[in-house]
Amino acid sequence: MEFVRREAPYLAPKADVAAMMLQVLAALIPAALAHVWYFGPGFLFNLLVASAFCIGGEALMMRARSRAPEAALADYSALVTAALLAFALPSLTPWWVTATGSLFAVVVAKHLYGGIGFNVFNPAMAGYVVILVAFPMEMNLWVAPRMGDIDYIGLTVLQTVSYTLTGSLPDTLTFDAISRATPLDAMQSGLRGMRTYAEIRTNPMMGDFGGRGWEWIGNFFAFGGFWLLVKKIIRWQIPAGVFAGLLIPAGLMYIIAPGANASPGFHLFSGATILCAFFIATDPVSAATSPKGRFVYGCGIGFLIFAIRKWGSFADGVAFAVLLMNMATPAIDYITRPHIVGHPRRADRQ
Amino acid sequence: MSAPTYDLGKLHGGLRLEAHKNISTAEPIRKIPVPGQLVLPITQHAGDPAQPIVGIGERVLKGQLIADPEGSLGAPVHASSSGKVIAIEPWPVSRRHGDNAPCIVIECDGEDRAIEAAEILPAYDTLPADVLLTKVLQGGIVGLGGAVFPTAQKLMQAITCELDYVILNGVECEPYISCDDMLMREYAREVIGGAQILLHALEVDVCYIAVESDKPEAIHRLGEVLAELNDERIVLKQVPTIYPSGGEDQLVQLVTNLEVPTGGLPTDVGCLVQNVGTAAAIYNWITDNEPLVSRITTVTGDGVTQPMNVEARLGTTISDIINFVGGYTERAEQLIIGGPMTGKSVTTDRVPLVKATNCILVLSEVPSAAAEMPCIRCGECAAVCPIQLLPQQLFWYACADDETKMRSYGLVDCIECGCCDLVCPSHIPLTADFRTAKARIREQADEKARADRARVRFEARNERLEKEQQAREAELSLQKEAAKSAAPDTIAEIMKRKQEKPDED
Repeated sequence: MEFVRREAPYLAPKADVAAMMLQVLAALIPAALAHVWYFGPGFLFNLLVASAFCIGGEALMMRARSRAPEAALADYSALVTAALLAFALPSLTPWWVTATGSLFAVVVAKHLYGGIGFNVFNPAMAGYVVILVAFPMEMNLWVAPRMGDIDYIGLTVLQTVSYTLTGSLPDTLTFDAISRATPLDAMQSGLRGMRTYAEIRTNPMMGDFGGRGWEWIGNFFAFGGFWLLVKKIIRWQIPAGVFAGLLIPAGLMYIIAPGANASPGFHLFSGATILCAFFIATDPVSAATSPKGRFVYGCGIGFLIFAIRKWGSFADGVAFAVLLMNMATPAIDYITRPHIVGHPRRADRQ
Repeated sequence: MSAPTYDLGKLHGGLRLEAHKNISTAEPIRKIPVPGQLVLPITQHAGDPAQPIVGIGERVLKGQLIADPEGSLGAPVHASSSGKVIAIEPWPVSRRHGDNAPCIVIECDGEDRAIEAAEILPAYDTLPADVLLTKVLQGGIVGLGGAVFPTAQKLMQAITCELDYVILNGVECEPYISCDDMLMREYAREVIGGAQILLHALEVDVCYIAVESDKPEAIHRLGEVLAELNDERIVLKQVPTIYPSGGEDQLVQLVTNLEVPTGGLPTDVGCLVQNVGTAAAIYNWITDNEPLVSRITTVTGDGVTQPMNVEARLGTTISDIINFVGGYTERAEQLIIGGPMTGKSVTTDRVPLVKATNCILVLSEVPSAAAEMPCIRCGECAAVCPIQLLPQQLFWYACADDETKMRSYGLVDCIECGCCDLVCPSHIPLTADFRTAKARIREQADEKARADRARVRFEARNERLEKEQQAREAELSLQKEAAKSAAPDTIAEIMKRKQEKPDED
C-alpha cells in the first residue's frame, strides 16, 4: 500500500492566528457594550469606519504587494487593529479622523513594514498618535459618561451619525455644552493648578478609583483580559509588567506626597491602562518575545505611562509609551535571552 | 519494595499531549510467527554500515552473523530466522523515508533453527568488564529507544568516564507508543537484570529506572521484581508525563537536575542512559545467549484494525505485521515509523521492521498543509522549548541564513522534538526548517573543513617546494663555494694534466 509523505511532527497544530484574533475580539465585547452604554452609540460608528478602512487599506496594500488580499484578511488582525483604535477614540469622532488613523495604522505601520509579523510598531497606536497630533481638537472631544446624576447630554443615534459624517453638531448643541474633561485631564490640570488630590477627587465625575463610568469600562477590559489569560491567548508577563511599572512608582509618589500625586488606584482605573495592559501591549508582533523580556517590556510601558501622565504634556501616555517601548524591543530581546540548557551560565563564564 | 520517588529536577517547557496509549495496551504482547521472507538492512544502527559476510544462496541459521561492522562505529547484523539468502539488494527502508538502502533478503525455511552458541558465558558477575563489553558488541545490541546507537561503543565510552548513575529510560513520552510500557509489564525481570549487568560492568552503585507516571502497571510490576531481588542499588523514579521528558539529555536533567553540556554526552555529568528495552536485550544476550533477532513494537493508530503490541522478528515487513493485526482500516492515510512527534513518514509498507522500530503508526488524518503564515512572534514556541531556545528568533535567522546568529542562539542544541511546531499559531514547520538549517550548517562546516584541509595541504606543498628550492640553492651555493675554493687547484691540475699530455692537442 502507498502512503502520503509528510514531515514530523504529524499531529494537528494546536493553535491558529485567526482563532487567536477572534478570541481577542470576543474578549473586547463586554467593554464595547459598556462603552456604548456610558458614552453612547458613537463607538459603534467609529468601529464601523475603522473596520472599513483597516480592511480596505489591508486589501489594497496586499494587492499592491502582489499578494492575495484574502490571505491577510483571513487572520482578522486588521479587525483587531480597528477595534483597538475605536476604543482609543472619543465616542464622537468625525469619520475622516478615524479613517486617517486606520489607514496610517494598516498602510504605513503595518504593510509598509512587510505586513503582519514584521511591523515594528503597534499599528493601532501608531495610527492613534498620528491623529492625536494631527487633529488635537477632535481628539479631545469627550462627552461626559451617562451617570444619571451628572448633567449628561446624550446625542441621539441620528445626531451621532450626523456628527460622524459631517463633524458638526446640530444647531441646538455646542461643543462646550457636551464635552467634558476626562478624569485624567482633570487630574493633571488640577494637580498642576496646585490643587490637592483629595480636592480634585471631590468632583462628582470621580468614582471609587478613577472617573465614574470610565472605571467600569476598565473592569470589563480586565474581565476580557483575564479570559485571554485563562485561554492562554496572552501570557501574564506583559500585563503584570505594565501594572508593576505604573503602580509601583505611582504608589511610591503617592506615599511620599499624597496631595500632589494621584493614587495608584486612580492610575489603574483611568485612561487606557487596563486596555493597554491586556490588549495593546500584548500585541505579540511589536512586543518583546522572551518571557523575561516581556516583563521588562511591560514594566517600561507602565513606567512611561506614569511618567507621561505625571510630567508630560498629554493627559494619557499609553500610545506613546507603547511606541517608545516598541523601539526598545530588539534591545530587550537581545539582553533578556534565556539561558540555553547545556550552555555555560553567565556566572560560570566570568 | 522501594516506592517510586519524585525528587526531580526541572525541565523547561514541554507539552502535555493526548496519550492515545490505551488503544494498544489492552492486550498482552503477541508474538508474530516467522514470515516467509525477512529483509535485513545492513544499517540498523548509528554509524557505518555493516558489510555482508554471506553470499546469495547461502543457508543461514537464526542468530548467525550475516553482516559485520567495518568502521569504528557500528553493530553486526544477525539472521533473525533460518533460511536461505536469496538477495542482497536495495530495498525501501524507514530511515530514509521509504527510499532504498542495501538489505540482505532471507527466504525462511520455517524451521527457525538457531545457531549453536559459540560459548556459554559463566554468570555475569564473575566476568570482568571487557569480556562483557566484547560480548555486547558481538550481540549486535543497539539503543532500542529509537536512536540505535551501538550499545557496546556507548558503554566503552562510558567506562572511561567517572560515572555516578546508570539511568534506565522507561519514559516513552511520545503519544501512541507503548512498547516499553508493555515490555516493563511483561519482562520486568529482564529489564532489572539488564540494569544489574550494567551496574556490574560499569562499576556504578546507583541505577534509576525512570518511568512516566502514566504507566502505573509497569511501575507496579518493576516494584514487585525489585522487592523480590532486594537490590538496593536500583531505584524506581516516577517522572511527570510531559513530552519530551524521555529524551536522553532531558531525562538526565529531570532525574539528576544536571544539564548535559552542549555538544557533550550524559557521561560528562556522570550518567549513562539506556533504554529499558536495551537493558532487557543485554540481559537476554548475556545470561541466556539470546541474540537480538526480534523486538517489541507498537502497531497502532486509527488506521489499523486491531492496535496492539507485537514481538516480531527483525526484517519482517510492515505489511506482514499489519496483516497480523487485522489489516488497515479504510481510513489509513499515513504510515509513520516511530511516534507522531519525531517518527519518519514512509510511502510504502514494504519497509522492514528494524532495531529502531518502536512503533508503527497508521493515521487516518493527514494534517492539511495549512497555509504557513508569517511568524507573529507570540513566543509560544519559546515557552514550550525544553532547551529554552527562542525558536522564533532561530526561525528568523534561519530564513536569513545567518549562521553566526543561528549558532549563538543554539540551533545545534535543538533536539527536534517538534513542540514548537505544534503550538505555532502560524503553522510554520519550524522543526523541518531547523532540520534543514542544521544540515546546511553541517554541510558548510564539512565544506570548510575540506577547504581547510586543502589549504593546509597547499600551504604544506608550497612550504615543501620552498624548502626544496632553498635546499637546492644551498647545495648549489655550497658547490659554488667548493668550486671557488677549489678553483686554483683545479685549474692548476688541468694545466698540469695538459702539460703532461701535450700530444693530445
